[in-house]
Amino acid sequence: MREFQYSRATSVADAVASGATFIAGGTNLLDLMKHEIAVPGRVVDISRLDLDRIEPEGEGLRIGALVRNSDLAADHRVRQSYPVLSRALLAGASGQLRNMATTGGNLLQRTRCPYFYDTAMPCNKREPGAGCSAIGGVNRMNAVLGVSDQCIAAHPSDMAVAMMALDAVVEVEGASGTRRIPITEFYRLPGDTPHMETALDRGDLITAVLLPAPKGGEHRYRKVRDRASYAFALVSVAAVVRMEGGVIADAALAFGGLAPMPWRVSAAEDALQGQPPSPALFDRAADLVLSGAQPQEDNAFKLPMARRVLAATLADACRMEDPQ
Amino acid sequence: MTRHRKIDHPDNDNRLDSMAQGVLGKPVDRLEGPLKVSGLATYASEARPSGMAHGVLVRATITKGRVVGIDRQAALALPGVMTVITDPRMVRYPAQGMAGKGPKAGPDVVDYHGQPIALVVAEGFEQARHAAKALRITYEEEPAPTDPDTVTPEVPDAKQKAQGDLDAAIRDAAFSVDCTYTTPTLMAVAMEPHAAIAEWDGDRVTVRAALQMLASDRKQLADALGVGPEQVRLLAPYVGGGFGSKLGIAPEAVAAAIAAKELGVPVSVALTRMQEFDITHRRSESRQRVLLAAGADGVLTGIGHEALVSNLPDSPFSEPVTQATPFTYQAAHRRIAHRIARVHRSCAGSVRAPGEAIGVTVFEAALDELAEAAGIDPVELRLRNIPDREPGTGRPYSVNRLGDCLREGAHRFGWNQRRAPKERLEGEWFIGMGMAAAVRVNMLIESRARVTLTEDGAKVETDMTDIGTGTYTILRQIAAEMLGLPVDLVEVHLGDTDFPPAAGSGGSFGAASSGTSVYLACEDIRARIAERMGCTDAELRLQDGRASFRNDTRELRELLAGEVLVAEGHVEPGDAEKQARQATWGAHFAEVAVSRHTGEVRVRRMLGVFACGRILNEKTARSQCLGGMTFGIGMALTEGVEHDPRTGHIVNRDLAGYHLPSHADVPEQDVVFLPDRDGFAGPMQAKGIGELGICGAGGAVLNAIYNACGVRVRDLPATPDKVMP
Repeated sequence: MREFQYSRATSVADAVASGATFIAGGTNLLDLMKHEIAVPGRVVDISRLDLDRIEPEGEGLRIGALVRNSDLAADHRVRQSYPVLSRALLAGASGQLRNMATTGGNLLQRTRCPYFYDTAMPCNKREPGAGCSAIGGVNRMNAVLGVSDQCIAAHPSDMAVAMMALDAVVEVEGASGTRRIPITEFYRLPGDTPHMETALDRGDLITAVLLPAPKGGEHRYRKVRDRASYAFALVSVAAVVRMEGGVIADAALAFGGLAPMPWRVSAAEDALQGQPPSPALFDRAADLVLSGAQPQEDNAFKLPMARRVLAATLADACRMEDPQ
Repeated sequence: MTRHRKIDHPDNDNRLDSMAQGVLGKPVDRLEGPLKVSGLATYASEARPSGMAHGVLVRATITKGRVVGIDRQAALALPGVMTVITDPRMVRYPAQGMAGKGPKAGPDVVDYHGQPIALVVAEGFEQARHAAKALRITYEEEPAPTDPDTVTPEVPDAKQKAQGDLDAAIRDAAFSVDCTYTTPTLMAVAMEPHAAIAEWDGDRVTVRAALQMLASDRKQLADALGVGPEQVRLLAPYVGGGFGSKLGIAPEAVAAAIAAKELGVPVSVALTRMQEFDITHRRSESRQRVLLAAGADGVLTGIGHEALVSNLPDSPFSEPVTQATPFTYQAAHRRIAHRIARVHRSCAGSVRAPGEAIGVTVFEAALDELAEAAGIDPVELRLRNIPDREPGTGRPYSVNRLGDCLREGAHRFGWNQRRAPKERLEGEWFIGMGMAAAVRVNMLIESRARVTLTEDGAKVETDMTDIGTGTYTILRQIAAEMLGLPVDLVEVHLGDTDFPPAAGSGGSFGAASSGTSVYLACEDIRARIAERMGCTDAELRLQDGRASFRNDTRELRELLAGEVLVAEGHVEPGDAEKQARQATWGAHFAEVAVSRHTGEVRVRRMLGVFACGRILNEKTARSQCLGGMTFGIGMALTEGVEHDPRTGHIVNRDLAGYHLPSHADVPEQDVVFLPDRDGFAGPMQAKGIGELGICGAGGAVLNAIYNACGVRVRDLPATPDKVMP
């Protein structure tokens, strides 16, 4: 760890003006600093700012950036109207981590690709141009969609997957004032710049996540992982499905573990709309989700697994008999 | 006075059964438990001697070659940095357990990616860690194999065994199985990382360390440092788990001692979790082929077990995968093969029941395949193949309780409710049951302890360690039972090489070996009390601080009259271990649910029935087995190292990436001990427990997966992608 200056922000404006690295829960940043993957000269602690409330906004909900994961998961409004979010949160990390981790920090957590954390191994995300060790290395947990020949790191968040399915909007305070960025536009794919992960500029501070009016319908979050708790997703699916008269009126689907960002494919959702649920229909949706996949040797299983998890989750959300 | 006993004959007197205090075997709480939960038990790295500096080991980032240059200047210029050490005595990897010498030294030669090559010492830990990153190192690199499947393995003659004609037995069998399983590299991952604080006083060094076997560790460290063993004192009163990784000294202890000498201040070197993965012993991955031949009645005619494991060139250890295969089941035609691939992965050594943990697990999975092929119940198949005497040698068993464990377990578990694969479905979950035998060799190792009896109570002193297993507590119980004292009048002092040398914690022999030395010391004290009472030891009754012979009862206080009785107990293994095959026995049962969509496996319940001699403490013994069974879940479902295919280094080098079972993975577990006495094990009739719980446990889980969903996973662990039915 390198020496750094530490101060506490007294206001959002103060924090934004600092241009420093922000720390809230610190569940990821402190590890990154110990490994010298992040080497901030100045760290501004935002954890005492007044951003830790969950409030109604319009027909939706405004979640302060400092709301802890455990508090967000337990909030009765979230559990009642956005249960997919609550379930996704509880499927992530451990109880101890959820007690520390914040909403804004969770959106910005870095990949868990082991080569990103191993400074002895080249990593384009850590050091642009150095090369990607995951390609040709151990890549079981890496991404199969949205990858580039520069980076195949997967985004680790569960919370963000649910927010993607809920069409959340990220509120950001920056030098140019307040911006509202739809979560679908918040993340960037690696391309040739895997070190640039979001639409944020230096100094930008996430202040809230806005959830639109509840979509109703059935909410599911299904996460498949290597052990029953405290493991990152092999594949996860957030599904919000509303049925009307025996057909799927609308469906929102987002995937974790598959891509460098929470993954959403509108063509797959469109294909479901207006159709009676069936295994064949789910299979077609899976085709659309997985089209263009570029699996590696170790993670090719994610394609059949994602297909199965999607089918099982949709069948459950559509209240079908378990397909044989 | 020293009471010495070499165990040349079985001792079936069962003396402890006639003791009066009634504390041995009871579920007594851990003596040191309150200290641990309140943070008062200080582990190796928790001491803070004044002026202490912090050292951080620097790792090699090539797989094989030489360090040709280390540019220290940039590091030395950083704040707080005191020195950069590349002393030729620094060791490349840990010593194997019980080795008489230090491990290979010379940090300028690189044997594996991740090997320590230098130590940076600074006033503060963060300063040292940063400076370690700033060190610029140049190498001369050589190509080196890292994949065991790509090299021609060694085939040591002494490790190949054959009897009869296995190929013919397979050819003529009514049913046969020829299957190959692979198990990954596994790590010990003790909760307490390796750590050492070294401090010199003249030419004597004291090292607070995280170690399991102080008597041999002291010799290893002395050898590594080039000093006499009497110049080295090791302190390890509390050790946060070992699981084999702390059997021998490791690079941190040697480096700390060298740095402390050079700087003249105490130096602490503690490994990070990632360094634990880089540097400490791994359990070798294995490729195991099992061949089984059986008649129509399920009686085995042939057994073959072939193992391929790996280690660094010249390392004497190779995972003894087939250790239990020669004596567990009968068959006239047998073959054991053992091959060692010499590759440049980190050093392999003893981890959690070396040999049987993976060997029995795989063999029991193969037996399940035979049971399926022959249409014979898996429990019944095993019962039909329990030998009367040890195959090959014809020796008797000291005790063989495998059949009892199998029958008792099947009854308690409700084994008769087991159905065919895919027949039980609850929602999306296939439900299945599996079982496996548990077997582990039993050993006694030379051990000494001193017992002092005063008017106020007794004191036990030995350099034995308690690595979280309950040693403090059972030694207290043994002394209390033998001397007729309430347990709280017995003090136990461990983990200091100034005390008499003990077996140490390893190979499940710690409790029986060190316990017997305490027993013998107490026997000596009893004899002296008996003399004062005018009776023999057998006639003497000691209870609650009082001695009785017939109608004569006297307070010990009165008998001692201010005198202090001191005795040393010394036990050595003898001919008894040659006269009979000694082992501990058990049976594992598991019920699992398998998602038919995702292949996720949830263990729903487990039962282990064990026979391992006299139980010294029901609670700590049970805890040992629960831990073993939990590691069995890990081996079957979650644990495994991933080696980088290019460098051989461990990629998933933290606890988020190396998956031990989480609480949510561990179901209700039931542990049953069959009443058991084994005189060949010595005068206490007590045997090893710690490792038995893991041996075969994973096999029961794997077999349950097959019974649930019809998928046979032969490449461990059975992660969802491999199970997806």
